[in-house]
Parts: sequence; C-alpha cells; structure tokens
Amino acid sequence: MASQSSSQTIGPFFHGALIRGKEHILISDQSEGERILIQGQLFDGDGHPVPDGMIEIWQADGRGFFNHPADPHRSQADPHFRGFGRAETTDGFTFYTIRPGIIPGHVVPFINVRIFARGMLIHAVTRIYFDDEKENENDPVLRLVPPHRRHTLLAVGEDGGRWPTFRFNIYLQGPRETVFFL
Amino acid sequence: MKNPQLVNGLDWQVHPPFLHPPYTSTVKRAPQEPLIALPQSLAELTGPVFGEGDLEPLDNDLTRNGVVNGEPIGERIIVTGRVIDESGRPVPGALLEVWQANACGRYRHHKDQHDAPLDPNFTGTGRIITDQHGFYRLTTIRPGAYPWRNHENAWRPPHIHFSLFGRHFLQRLVTQMYFPGDPLLPLDPIFNGIPDENGRARLISHYAHDVTEPEWALGYRFDIVVCGPRETPFENKGE
Ligand SMILES: [Fe+3]
Repeated sequence: MASQSSSQTIGPFFHGALIRGKEHILISDQSEGERILIQGQLFDGDGHPVPDGMIEIWQADGRGFFNHPADPHRSQADPHFRGFGRAETTDGFTFYTIRPGIIPGHVVPFINVRIFARGMLIHAVTRIYFDDEKENENDPVLRLVPPHRRHTLLAVGEDGGRWPTFRFNIYLQGPRETVFFL
Repeated sequence: MKNPQLVNGLDWQVHPPFLHPPYTSTVKRAPQEPLIALPQSLAELTGPVFGEGDLEPLDNDLTRNGVVNGEPIGERIIVTGRVIDESGRPVPGALLEVWQANACGRYRHHKDQHDAPLDPNFTGTGRIITDQHGFYRLTTIRPGAYPWRNHENAWRPPHIHFSLFGRHFLQRLVTQMYFPGDPLLPLDPIFNGIPDENGRARLISHYAHDVTEPEWALGYRFDIVVCGPRETPFENKGE
C-alpha cells in the first residue's frame, strides 16, 4: 500500500489555472430541469469575507443521475449537464445550475461542496441542502448533524430574482461555523 | 448492475490539519468544530469526467503556451510521473492543472506584488490528462523561490502547484511539487504542515536522468497517490 500524497494549500494565485472559463455556469440552453441560482460568500473566523478562495460544487442532474461510469443509471443522465462547477470568491460566489434530483439513499436533493483557500492546507467538504424541502429532517446525512447546527447546511430561498435564488454562506470558523464533513 | 466500490477517503495521517499556527493564515480559516463522517453515496463515488475536449494543444508545454514574442527565460525542465491509487493501480483520465511562478519567482497574477520581473512569454499555467497507465508529462521552466509575508524573511521554496481530479469526488487533491535538495524546505511552514516525514518526502520530486533530454532539459519524476478502494465490497440491497 502506498500512502496518499498530502494536500497543500491552493495559495492566492490559482486563478489563471483553475478559473479559466465560466465554470460557475453549469447549465446550457439544453439542460433539463428547474434552473436555480446559488449565491453566497465565504467568511473567516473574524466574520470577514475571504476574497481569495475557491468553491467547487458537484451534483446530480435534474432527475438525480450522474453522468459518470459509477452511476448504474448513467445512460439516463442528462447529456447537457456535467454537474460540476467552480467559482472564485472575490465578490462572493454565484452558481447557475439545476435543482438536483434525489439520488438513491436520500430523501431530499443536495449538492456536494468543496472549499479551497489560501490559509487552508487541505480543502473542506460540506453540502448544500434546500430550506424549502419538507423531508430534510429525514435525510440520512442531515440526521448525523447535531440539530442546532443543521441550519448551516441549508441554502435559504430569496425572493425577487428571475430564477429561484438560494443563499448559502459558508463560515469557516466562529459561532456560525458551517458543518464540514470528513 | 454493479454498485460502486467504497474508497478509503482522506488519510489524516498524511494530510496537514486545518490549523497549523506557523502558517499564520490558518488561524482564522481553520474549522474548529469536529468533522462529521460522511457516508459514501453515489455523490461521493462519482465526479466530473474530463476528456481531450477540455484540453488545448499546448496545455502540456508551459515553455510554449504563453509565447508572445520569444522564449520564456529560465531553465527548461520536464516533469513526468504517474497518478496511482493506494493499491498501486493507475488512475487514467485524471485531470491535472498546474500553476507556478516564473524563473524569477513571480506569478502572472494581479495580486503578486513581488519585486521581480514578469516574463512576457510565460503564463505559468497548464493542464494534462493522464493516459491509460496513469502517466503524465509536462514541459516547463524551473520556478524561482519567492518571498511571502508569513513571518520575518519568509521565502517559499520553489514549487509547482498541482490540482488533480481523479475518478470521483473523494480523489480530489490540490498539492505542490517541490525540488530535491532545497535548503528552504525545512524552513517552510506550508511544507512542514504535513505531519508525517514520509508524507513530506512524497511531495519532493526526484531528479531523473532517464527523463533528462540531452542539450535540452533536465527531467524530474513526481508521482501522485490518491485514495483507493476499500477492502470490503459495497453492500447494497438493491433498489
Ligand atoms: Fe505558490
């Protein structure tokens, strides 16, 4: 058995390599499903915005399928939706995506999230759930989280946009610290 | 239908912790609450699939992909290696994205204020996808050391940043490649955030004379290991 290569920080100068195109836009005109906007900001332990981080998201398509060989239903996955997005955090972050479908073993939709930044020797992993889902309390992963911290995983619907918009702020530290996963 | 096999996930014996006070920026950015173990679902055992369509022709050659009016300045090097998992199996189709300072230790980035010259013919960015045996190969310029403000007289050892997408979400890795024999390594809080000596050694590339090309460039070998399959097969009652 070889041991894993260690993580190192992304540092402050990753943009030219990692933020090349418009990867915060996950959809095209042909993508199937309900279009949503996810907006948020990354905060440090003093409550200051982190301007030099990067957020990545990974999610199922509108019907809960992944366009990946490990998904037994890959053939049904939307060919016009890769499910991967990333954005830098200079002025917060915005993703244009599809409200994901429910995947096997879960009862509500969610999005996997990774956070990278200068000052983080290894990325952090969290999830976005949606605050308007009635069955959140029955989700197997949300149930692992102490009840008083579950709200940190909920994207909160906002009024007024052209598309349904959800706010998901990420707090690396402090009284509102987001729940992170191992 | 075949269910995806569970994987080992991150091995915290070899990865640095969030909080490593000698690297001062970790102090306000390190989560402090306990991490919660995430059961592996399809969302963790899948990930974006990249292919040739995600590459441009000169992406693997940083000595050519930024050329405007001449060759970049500095020592040409070849960096090659394999991406494998813990069981030694190659990871084909892995996307590697690299970025680095130029030979003088300056990044092409508006926030890099280090008083060293920019190279008009060097962007310092590239990408490669591993072949069916997990191999990659890139040509670049040996990066310079650069100062940073972490502590008095702090200098980062020369390094190339690597970002890796493996076969699934849990194989995601961002790391840095260092050079052998570098006297700055024992002084660097980022490198020394790695708790384990073997872990630190794994991030130091090896000079490889068989990779070196006569009259052209020195060669370095740098292998990357990502998490592999768990011994026990995935139990699933079916749908
Ligand atoms: Fe750097």
